[in-house]
Amino acid sequence: MTRGRIWRIPAIVVCAAALGLGSAPDAGAEYGDVVINKRAEKEGMRPVVFSHWFHRIRFRCKVCHFELGFKMRAGANDVLMADIIEGRFCGMCHNGQIAWSAENCDLCHSGLPGLKSGIYGGHDTLGPGRW
Amino acid sequence: MGRASFSVGSRVWLFALSGMLCLLWVSQVFPQERKWLPLAADGVHDPRSPALKQLQEPREALSRLAPDPHVGNQVRWVKALELGQINPRTNIFPETKVSVLDQDIIMSNTGSRPKVRFPHKQHSLWLDCAICHEQLFKSKAGGNNISMLSILEGQQCGLCHGAVAFPLTECDRCHSVPHGVPIPDAIIGK
Repeated sequence: MTRGRIWRIPAIVVCAAALGLGSAPDAGAEYGDVVINKRAEKEGMRPVVFSHWFHRIRFRCKVCHFELGFKMRAGANDVLMADIIEGRFCGMCHNGQIAWSAENCDLCHSGLPGLKSGIYGGHDTLGPGRW
Repeated sequence: MGRASFSVGSRVWLFALSGMLCLLWVSQVFPQERKWLPLAADGVHDPRSPALKQLQEPREALSRLAPDPHVGNQVRWVKALELGQINPRTNIFPETKVSVLDQDIIMSNTGSRPKVRFPHKQHSLWLDCAICHEQLFKSKAGGNNISMLSILEGQQCGLCHGAVAFPLTECDRCHSVPHGVPIPDAIIGK
């Protein structure tokens, strides 16, 4: 190995470390963001983006995952717009009284077309992020 | 030739190592400012969606909350709750019974890792008992066969930790009790 090449390896290591330490954990969706696109795009709407961070500031997990009956597994909740309009699931709050009503389609259907359903965001393991 | 290049090589590696240590020190002494991507650039929202003018930006909401600079939403959610920075609603239906259990469970069958302290209080502030009991976990100390393998696969604790609660890279937050230290007022599981 020539002297020039020996220099390169540690230089790469230092650069990689600098990049690793210098970058904020912000590449992509916010932790716990859920994309829901089982039907939306097929029916001509953008996918839904559900942000856990936005909701947990206002409601404890127990409200949706206990009172409203949302299962804690992305894809496990088969929620139709009809349910929401009739006051079930999201519709328990998204009724124009607690939160914006279902007529504000775009506020929930704000996702990037083409995204698959699932949990997005940083630190997902093989588990929750894969379902 | 071999000896000469080895000595140059080790000096170079020493230099690289000290460089990395310096970087580590700098990152500890000057913690990074938390940054959140705008919704329009987060890769899940459509930048052309009219909603982006109305939806709350993560930076606006999260920068006010107890910091956790390196993981998740960069927020210590339990601390934010304890400090009163947020006061999320506990129930929608007035008849819902809201309960909080102040009790720790110590799990000691953790091999070479420190024991796990599971605090019911911090969990039940957010969650209802029925979310975990009796399907995910039996209400019996020692009655649950919890393993890191299934947690890493998104089962048991991994249902939330790794998706919405602090991730599984934060070993010490659960494995927090050294072996051999007596814990008063805790229920000891296996």
